[in-house]
Amino acid sequence: MASLGKAGGLVRILTGSLPKSSPVLTSVRFNQTDAKKEKTTFGNLKDEDRIFTNLYGRHDWRLKGAKSRGDWYKTREIMDKGIEWIQKEITTSGLRGRGGAGFPTGMKWSFMNRPDDGRPKYLVVNADEGEPGTCKDREIMRHDPHKLIEGCLIAGKAMGARAAYIYIRGEFYYEASNMNAAIKEAYDAGLIGKNACNSGYDFDVYMHRGAGAYICGEETALIESLEGKQGKPRLKPPFPADVGVFGCPTTVNNVETIAVAPTICRRGGEWFAQFGRDRNRGTKLFNISGHVNNPCTVEEEMSVPLKDLIERHAGGVRGGWDNLLAIIPGGSSVPLLPKSICDDVLMDFDALVQAQSGLGTAAIIVMNKQADVVRCISRLIDFYKHESCGQCTPCREGVHWMKKMMTRFVTGNAKVEEIDMLWEISKQIEGHSICALGDGAAWPVQGLIRHFRPLLEQRFKDYEKSQELQQSAQTI
Amino acid sequence: MLRLLPNSRILSKAIPPVNISYKARECASKAAETVEVFVDDKPVQVQPGSTVLQACAQAGVEIPRFCYHERLSIAGNCRMCLVEVERSPKPVASCAMPVMKGMKIKTDSPITKKAREGVMEFLLVNHPLDCPICDQGGECDLQDQSMNFGSDKSRFTDNQFLGKRAVEDKDIGPLVKTIMTRCIQCTRCVRFANEIAGVSDLGTTGRGNDLQIGTYVEKMFKSELSGNVIDICPVGALTSKPYAFVARPWELRRVDSIDTMDAVGSNIVVCTRGGDIMRILPRIHEGINEEWLADKSRFSYDGLKRQRLTSPMIKDESGNLISVDWETALLRVCDAITSVKGAEIAAIAGGQVDAEALIAMKDLLNKLGSESLNTEEIFPMDGSGTDLRSNYLLNSSIEGIEESDAILLIGCNPRYEAPLLNARIRKAFIHNEIEVGYLGPKIDLSYNYQHLGDTTTSLENIKSSQFYKEHLSKAKKPMIILGSSALQRADGTAVFAKTQQISNELKEAGSSWRVLNVLQRVASQVAALDIGYRPGVENVRNNKPKVLFLLHADNETVRREDLGKDCVVIYQGSHGDQGALMADIVLPGAAYTEKEGTYVNTEGRAQRTLVAVNPPGLARNDWRITRALSEMIGQPLSYDNTNEIRDRLAEMSPNLVKFDTVEEANYFKQSEELFKDIKEKIKQDSFSLPMIQLKDYFMTDPITRASPTMAQCVKANNKEA
Repeated sequence: MASLGKAGGLVRILTGSLPKSSPVLTSVRFNQTDAKKEKTTFGNLKDEDRIFTNLYGRHDWRLKGAKSRGDWYKTREIMDKGIEWIQKEITTSGLRGRGGAGFPTGMKWSFMNRPDDGRPKYLVVNADEGEPGTCKDREIMRHDPHKLIEGCLIAGKAMGARAAYIYIRGEFYYEASNMNAAIKEAYDAGLIGKNACNSGYDFDVYMHRGAGAYICGEETALIESLEGKQGKPRLKPPFPADVGVFGCPTTVNNVETIAVAPTICRRGGEWFAQFGRDRNRGTKLFNISGHVNNPCTVEEEMSVPLKDLIERHAGGVRGGWDNLLAIIPGGSSVPLLPKSICDDVLMDFDALVQAQSGLGTAAIIVMNKQADVVRCISRLIDFYKHESCGQCTPCREGVHWMKKMMTRFVTGNAKVEEIDMLWEISKQIEGHSICALGDGAAWPVQGLIRHFRPLLEQRFKDYEKSQELQQSAQTI
Repeated sequence: MLRLLPNSRILSKAIPPVNISYKARECASKAAETVEVFVDDKPVQVQPGSTVLQACAQAGVEIPRFCYHERLSIAGNCRMCLVEVERSPKPVASCAMPVMKGMKIKTDSPITKKAREGVMEFLLVNHPLDCPICDQGGECDLQDQSMNFGSDKSRFTDNQFLGKRAVEDKDIGPLVKTIMTRCIQCTRCVRFANEIAGVSDLGTTGRGNDLQIGTYVEKMFKSELSGNVIDICPVGALTSKPYAFVARPWELRRVDSIDTMDAVGSNIVVCTRGGDIMRILPRIHEGINEEWLADKSRFSYDGLKRQRLTSPMIKDESGNLISVDWETALLRVCDAITSVKGAEIAAIAGGQVDAEALIAMKDLLNKLGSESLNTEEIFPMDGSGTDLRSNYLLNSSIEGIEESDAILLIGCNPRYEAPLLNARIRKAFIHNEIEVGYLGPKIDLSYNYQHLGDTTTSLENIKSSQFYKEHLSKAKKPMIILGSSALQRADGTAVFAKTQQISNELKEAGSSWRVLNVLQRVASQVAALDIGYRPGVENVRNNKPKVLFLLHADNETVRREDLGKDCVVIYQGSHGDQGALMADIVLPGAAYTEKEGTYVNTEGRAQRTLVAVNPPGLARNDWRITRALSEMIGQPLSYDNTNEIRDRLAEMSPNLVKFDTVEEANYFKQSEELFKDIKEKIKQDSFSLPMIQLKDYFMTDPITRASPTMAQCVKANNKEA
């Protein structure tokens, strides 16, 4: 902690000596609690503020390399500070779940602080990263596995968990083998297991490989799958914090959420909270894919403007910013945004909700004007149709129906009224299913209709015209 | 929720049970305080822990549902029961959501209506429009609810002619017909199989729109309760194979009756059309069968139309039975009776005789000077024998199983001898987490039990067993269920005495809880013993009567070789089975669906059947045959109609006409004293059971032996094995 404090002090000296109007100030951090001035520009995260320092795998991912990057540094001291202190830091940091829903992590962990009823508690790490476009957790797991393991220990301590289960997507073979190697290293070094880090706390980390079902990324389906059953979401309530894995209180967290916890504890919640806007604090891994010159995964400050993010890190949209058609800002499940909104939207939970979309997993899928956006969305619906677990009616029947309609929409073989019907069907699914997969399937369609209705209508007209032409050619 | 249930067992070993919401229904009954919720602005006081759906039901609002079934775990997957709750962003699944204080539930709001309509539309989008050829038509939840809650117009467009989803039908045995395209994936059947029947044969495969219900690999749904999935299926996906395309529900006349295939006395509805039984359905009776019915009771009705005795018969000179009219037959019986001394007449009653027939026969034989009235089933007559009612009843009652905290089963296989009693034990096992000990050959009871050995030695040493020390002796309400099968042994008396002694030791002083239970196997036994029949046919074997009445007695407990050459055997019964084969005179009687008869179940609960159809041909109600005979002999019985014979029954034993009440039986201590004089010792050998596997279950009496459906079941089971 001491060395980190020094680094913070240095920053303060530096910022103090610079004129306030300087563009460098975009990344100025106000550590002082008295100065509650909110900053207005975001982005351009400095290297010393990055949490994931081996995101690109340029350094050793093993224990030695991880320690050289500051992992496992004074973990025991953090644990010794106690449950309340860790939870306080996490709450101060304003960390929100990185898996898509953005639930405040500090609050989630506090649900586990109920009086002991004799049941063991568990931490489950959701590493079933299956959302199209999302590829952040895999980078953590293959290049920085020790961050996750240390995070498990600290989070586990904070909620009094007996063990952590890392449920990793079946397709992540190398990630799983790196994780396994790292877990072994951590056990061998006494960092986890009996008397973890000499703190007197017993904590085990297990890894479980899934079989590749998208739905197993839903927390209760993941629990079911972990228990050896079909991965089908459970009804809530009871929530996992009451009845989770093996019937015991459980917290399910995303890999990124857990992996940032140790750094937050080491550098302090205040440090994390200086990034991003209020209620959208911290740094975040963004995945940029699609029609950009340089698709990448990058750690950036929350609330960074979408345009900045793409221009600075992904080399801009192919064919220039003006060639942009639409962007899906948070993994396949959120509604897309047309260029007009993308121009100035900020990448955080609240701004995107305001724009009738969502941050989701912060996986940005860029479509330029050469893309057929109807076909893109149709392909996503195919995915959801294939991945629906089939348990509840709206999702099972509705998504299949939407898929059938979207397939026709691609060619234009539909009537204009059907656009409203598709909208209604998507509304009939949204909010009526057991889990959020139904919502996730309905939103892309809603986004498409919301922003590209004229395109659809034009396509239907063109199709009709082509059919008429064909028919008249036949009659001649 | 479905998937949580088995877990609770595993967990209970390690950790104390916790009140989690799938136990909501049980918790509800225990809590004293109520919470106030508002259903459509109407305040209702409900038990905390109950669900929104239950609260609505309490307020008199029925919420539509498909997957929810009050006796099964909550799945919450059909989404039909969505209702709007104030300050909830989404409509909630009322079947699963526990009530909270001050909750405002709107069952008739636009959001609720829209949600229902949407779900209904989704359910119908892949449901075939084959109602005209669907056996569920007329009693289909989907039909009814789409009428009430569905949209009045269709938006189904299929301009690419892709069609609806089609699913391959599965062959799951001779009883349940599957038309899987109609399935709406409510998983009621899966939950029934896993939870109630305790057979994990059914499950779901595939996902999304390809989700299917099935048996994973094509195999038979091997359960003695399989027919119940037909009742709980809300659509026509699971229907009755024997009933396929037979009748429509609105054509059927429904007659309440009682089942006689076992001694449980399940309540049934006999559905008839034009004097033919079309099907048998269960009738709800919380004390006995809840709303389930065993397969034998449900499907053996086709045995009532085959092998029937339709006219009186007498043996001619060449030894063949020839049909005659009643007068001739009865005169022949008169001749036989009047030519012998009263004491040389005997009667054996079978397993499905009603109390009226039993008392008429007893009165007649007593008038003639005979006391030799016997039943096929054996029961120890030494000690207090059948004098004390508590000796031969299931004293704790079937419902009492749910209160019990440890059960010891001795020499019986309740799964096949009394499937619904077994289902109760399973229910208690799952929900109350009781321990079950079992003495007898290793069998599958559909729940885990502690096997305490299969020999009588284990019974004698029961007190040294871990189960006795840890569970039975510590239980507040222990139950010992002694199977009638174990009493058929030569040393039955000793087995009984030992069991009674153990039971009385377990009985807490001052407690009214009854430990000793006898599980009868046949429907008539308790009434016969109440009336004063002597159990077992030893008497007949030893005394070689000159005239022997076989009253529905077909189990070959007495063979022709056991009787004197000059013995006249008169068979009175419904089926041309073993009894009629050895008879000189055959008097066609009525089966249980054809008469108003009283049956007393193993708990001692008197219930009566009603006339659903008329007896075939010249067959008549049994007690009236005996009454007619008494007239001819010149010793007329004193009753002419049902009311009068019931008066006579009341005179004999008042409990026989106190319908649907379980008369408590006591005097356990006195009974034990009387058994102390027994010198007989338990023989050292193993308990044997007549029914071990499912295939042994189907054909056990004249009706089931005549049933082609039951024969198919046996065949299918043999093939499967």
